[in-house]
Amino acid sequence: MKRPYAGRVDHYVLADGGRPLFEWRWVQRNADVIALRLGEHLSLTATALAIGLVVSVLLAVLSLRWRWFYSLTLAGAGALYVIPSLGAFALLVPFFGLSFATAVIPLATYTLLILVRNIVTGIQQVPGEVREAALGMGFTRLRLLLRVELPLALPVVIAGLRVAAVTTIGLVTVTSMLGMGGLGFFIRQGIQTTTPNPTPIIVGIGLSIVLAVVVDLLLWVSERALTPWARKVRG
Amino acid sequence: MNIGDQAWQWLNQPDRWSWTDPAGIPYRTVEHLSFSSLSLVVAAVLAIPPALWLGHHRRGALLAGSLVNAGRAIPSFGLIILCWYLASRWELNTSFWPLLVALVALALPPLFANTYAGVISVGADTVDAARGTGHTEAQIMLRIELPLALPVILAGARVAFLQLVATVAIGAIVNDGGGLGRYIVDGFAEGAGGYGEILDGGIAVIVLALACEGVFSLITRFAVPKGLTIAAAARARTP
Repeated sequence: MKRPYAGRVDHYVLADGGRPLFEWRWVQRNADVIALRLGEHLSLTATALAIGLVVSVLLAVLSLRWRWFYSLTLAGAGALYVIPSLGAFALLVPFFGLSFATAVIPLATYTLLILVRNIVTGIQQVPGEVREAALGMGFTRLRLLLRVELPLALPVVIAGLRVAAVTTIGLVTVTSMLGMGGLGFFIRQGIQTTTPNPTPIIVGIGLSIVLAVVVDLLLWVSERALTPWARKVRG
Repeated sequence: MNIGDQAWQWLNQPDRWSWTDPAGIPYRTVEHLSFSSLSLVVAAVLAIPPALWLGHHRRGALLAGSLVNAGRAIPSFGLIILCWYLASRWELNTSFWPLLVALVALALPPLFANTYAGVISVGADTVDAARGTGHTEAQIMLRIELPLALPVILAGARVAFLQLVATVAIGAIVNDGGGLGRYIVDGFAEGAGGYGEILDGGIAVIVLALACEGVFSLITRFAVPKGLTIAAAARARTP
């Protein structure tokens, strides 16, 4: 059987010692494309996380109601988490084509396991007397969840969100297989020219790592800002 | 022709069920598993002894933590391609070394961190008791801390192995091997005509990953020292 893609990889002309490992010139010349792909990467990550978070909150609320639902959710999310990213994309491509949906659906499902688990654990940690006090003050179930339980669970939820965000940012690079780009576009670009060029590869990997670290830090800072009471207790 | 027919036709091509032809699913499955297992073994040999030693001497907690974070942040896709590029630049065998190096690098963090955490969690009184009965430090590490940390180490190996199975598939992008990922990458290269192959390849990779997860949960159940299972059961009964 013909393997066009593999064949193309085999027949690369390698300039021996040709291109320098890193060319600053390339970065300068492609600054606008880099900004564009960075934005793409961020929007894919943000969409996947937002969908994952909304679905996880719903699943977590139901899980807190019924214990069996929690076990079922964990088992389901665990199985989804095991699915290799390339396999998940392959499963969706024939139905959704090379689209944003094909890229986002697997990315969002990978966040479910850690998010549901952390939201449930976080809410379970809320002391019973706090909950009773709120109910005694006339809070409805929904207000109790939104104004008391979720804010108190926030540190644990954000801890989960940080792991999910960092993992997702790394995984988005694989969606360049779907022509979705993000920073993975540069990683692929580096080996698709007739003379492989290491600069885009390094830029793609480097920016992806930087993005992960920055988002992780931002989430950590926002956790500190959103839970001022946690600091007062400690201080 | 619809996708179902396409996928069915692809499955019925000659050599598709061959163990010896590269087009065969069994051949690719063996390739996939041998590559992931080899990487896991190499990573375990590299990660477990230093983690055991550092954990025993209560050193390097920061290293364990930052390794895990770094492992998460580095895109595996990029790492494979970078390794492939460097290998071809240095004229090494591009179908073996780059993928192996990338895979080992991915499997190191969970193995190291879990071994470390497992050793740390062994009670100080247990270690003192062993010392009191005349165990040397090396014996304490190998006969007390290693077996007691085994459940945590196996959990790390499980995480690492699943990541490896997923990443070998991605390796097909640059590698002539790449196990079952080969079909997906080839299918993508054919555009709309390759959807059947993509779908079948995707299902094959997913089934393989789920099967590995199943096998690993069985191993975890049987490889844990009997004393630990009894202790855990006792804890569960008396909260």
